[in-house]
Amino acid sequence: MHKKMAFSFPDEVLEHVFSFIQSDKDRNAVSMVCKSWYEIERWCRRKVFVGNCYAVSPRMVIRRFPEFRSIELKGKPHFADFNLVPDGWGGYVFPWIAEMAGAYPWLEEIRLKRMVVTDESLELIAKSFKNFKVLVLSSCEGFSTDGLAAIAASCKNLKELDLRDCEVDDLSAHWLSHFPETYTSLVSLNISCLGSDEASFSALERLVHRCTNLKTLRLNRAVPLDKIANILRHAPQLVEFGTGTYTADVRPDVYSDLAGVLSSCKELKSLSGFWDVIPDYLPAIYPVCSKLTSLNLSYATIQSPDLIKLVSHCPNLQRLLVLDYIEDSGLEVLASSCKDLQELRVFPSDPFGAEPNVSLTEQGLVAVSLGCPKLQSVLYFCRRMSNEALVTIARSRPNFTRFRLCIIEPKTADYLTLEPLDVGFGAIVQYCKDLRRLSLSGLLTDRVFEYIGTYAKKLEMLSVAFAGDSDLGLHHVLSGCESLRKLEIRDCPFGDKALLANAAKLETMRSLWMSSCAVSFAACKLLGQKMPRLNVEVIDERGPPDSRPENCPVDKLYIYRSIAGPRFDMPPFVWTMDEDSGLRLS
Amino acid sequence: MSKPIEHDYIGLSEQQLPSMEKSSDKKDGLHLKDTELRLGLPGSESPEREDHDQNVLSLKSFVSGAKRGFSDALDGGGNWVFSGGSGGGTEGLFSPRRGGKNNGGKDLSGSDSGSVLKDGAAQKPSVVQEKKPQVAATSSHGNGNIAPASKAQVVGWPPIRSFRKNTLAAHPPKNDDGDGNAEAKLGSGCLYVKVSMDGAPYLRKVDLKIYGSYKDLSSALEKMFSCFTIGQCGSHGVSSGDGLTESRLIDLLHGSEYVLTYEDKDGDWMLVGDVPWEMFTDWCKRLRIMKSTEAIGLAPRAMEKCKNRT
Repeated sequence: MHKKMAFSFPDEVLEHVFSFIQSDKDRNAVSMVCKSWYEIERWCRRKVFVGNCYAVSPRMVIRRFPEFRSIELKGKPHFADFNLVPDGWGGYVFPWIAEMAGAYPWLEEIRLKRMVVTDESLELIAKSFKNFKVLVLSSCEGFSTDGLAAIAASCKNLKELDLRDCEVDDLSAHWLSHFPETYTSLVSLNISCLGSDEASFSALERLVHRCTNLKTLRLNRAVPLDKIANILRHAPQLVEFGTGTYTADVRPDVYSDLAGVLSSCKELKSLSGFWDVIPDYLPAIYPVCSKLTSLNLSYATIQSPDLIKLVSHCPNLQRLLVLDYIEDSGLEVLASSCKDLQELRVFPSDPFGAEPNVSLTEQGLVAVSLGCPKLQSVLYFCRRMSNEALVTIARSRPNFTRFRLCIIEPKTADYLTLEPLDVGFGAIVQYCKDLRRLSLSGLLTDRVFEYIGTYAKKLEMLSVAFAGDSDLGLHHVLSGCESLRKLEIRDCPFGDKALLANAAKLETMRSLWMSSCAVSFAACKLLGQKMPRLNVEVIDERGPPDSRPENCPVDKLYIYRSIAGPRFDMPPFVWTMDEDSGLRLS
Repeated sequence: MSKPIEHDYIGLSEQQLPSMEKSSDKKDGLHLKDTELRLGLPGSESPEREDHDQNVLSLKSFVSGAKRGFSDALDGGGNWVFSGGSGGGTEGLFSPRRGGKNNGGKDLSGSDSGSVLKDGAAQKPSVVQEKKPQVAATSSHGNGNIAPASKAQVVGWPPIRSFRKNTLAAHPPKNDDGDGNAEAKLGSGCLYVKVSMDGAPYLRKVDLKIYGSYKDLSSALEKMFSCFTIGQCGSHGVSSGDGLTESRLIDLLHGSEYVLTYEDKDGDWMLVGDVPWEMFTDWCKRLRIMKSTEAIGLAPRAMEKCKNRT
């Protein structure tokens, strides 16, 4: 009887129901209920997310989801952000664009992260997808302003062009004038990563003027302060705005112009940019501060008193990115003024200096944790930490979902007791039961991994550096963290044993990165042989791994599950271990 | 579920496993040579690791054991290795950790931190705090002209994106004392520039701050791009004038037909080697290894510019 009821719904009804299910996880679950749900779901999935572009081939995706409109792809491992992945490793988007160009003329949205995007790819996008609307390139590289010009010229329905943290070859600022005069659909433009060369201000101004739906505009450093007023005048409806360089000779007319135009932006909720800030111009933004929910001052090299003044004007702040110039004192003010704070990132102003240049310690983080009841995400660079502080933080803020602490000097012990910070991080994982992401630093033994394996049951991503004593540490994590999807490790004494003993675990994760550890080439070969659904990539710029003894540790190891088999676009310093011989050259 | 004794997790135990070695189906035995786990940067020496041999020995002996156990598990359908989810199955694999292991482990990882902290640093935590003044004395603090080679930088640490690093480096924190020079080096811990080579399929990036001289840079680039050298031309390329051969890094790539050039802040392409090293690192925006046939005429301008600047 129950079976009959389920099948009595026509497909259209089920499709309609499924249309309310947006998250990939839920969609994947739906597709596993039964064959007919699998079929219905795959025909109506509109957004596809591929967390690792090498886990599946474009053709497989297209075959399963014949009608998607939006795709999100991620390429290089996260440690590529810190130059640990040599250039040329891979992550090329072109094969995907090429396949989709043929299959999906109606593709609307492409979101890419850490991928290599060439001008050729951008030109192909511009040519192939007539209704293209959204291009978000996050931490991508390989393209120039020529490719952007192609997008601007051809994509008549483009709504969003977001280049966040990309490395763009700035050949000419005139790409902006490739947007035709008839083009008015822009809603979001983020060019903050573009170079510091002359920008085409008049083209920018005209673009902003005619795109009356523009909600997000993030400029690049080249746009001088005195030009901002002209630009903003045409866009009082902006919700998110990123300035260019925030410095100019102090002139009352420029100031009042700026202040006036900013105060007419009644919808402004998010501000960023602020390169080269001089404090004299800061008060110009005070009128909009009370509505601000997001403030990115991470390039603003201003000192604590000015930061404090600014922050105390922003009672509704939910997200703050700032340099450590804010100091403990500033964070204390933040804790008392911004009770809605959810996310805080504090970056180091002088990461390579031997001595601390500012008074920012663990106290700042403690203050914010105690004072901000909604705080759930933290990225904090500092130079000292104590177990006591971490325990206080953990106890007062059990709602952390992302906790990333970077103590700048590797293997720094608890400065009060000189002990490892195992207990402190142990408290974090014990009290913060919903912790999904954790980055460790400081002096840590295998014990911290025991805590993590025992308590961090919801942990999805773990970053480890210069920590642990032995394979036991790695074993604790791999055997205990049930929700682990991404694990990245560098400079830890983890070797073959834990890896081989937990080989099956690796198929339940998206990826594992290990560099400067102690995993031998022999173990890599074995893993590659025995686990056909894992791609085991050895990355070694010293030359072929079989030119050294088998028990020699490999330089870098990247293991990820894949149903696409080994890839063929590897550079000469990457080898995939597979079933035959264990060695494949590109 | 059997608990084979060769799976004693304590790899540092002295038990040799001769039977394992003989039956190992992997080539002709594993060698017990010094391993070369390089943690330093290209061109720098990695510190010797006395402890490593011992650990290599135990790793090797365990690896043999692990291999067999691994294949046993797979072939024999045993479950000990596939208990990723439940910790129970592998409990037998790992004996309780010995208390004394801590120091041993720290030494292992400690010696590679020699590339981060001063060489020969003791591994007691208390030393970490004291060490900083030592490093500061040799760092560029207050002395802008010394390249910070004495404080060896670890690649990718602290974990900050290049965009942020380069932004801070290019425009160092302002201060009121008016003397930009000494303070200018603060925060400029590294400077990544792109290196392209004519004919190579992709770019590389190098951090100019980690090299102390043209020679260092040239040998690093040579290593990096040696896989692209298509063929080596016997001739030394086209000479574009006497008295300038010294300034050309023709030695790059074994005197083949390539020369090293760079784009300076004005957007002009110059031959590398014409100006003092420190000046070069300030001016250089990107590097290009180009065919020497295309490099004609670059040199004279470099000398002129240099004169105009000083």
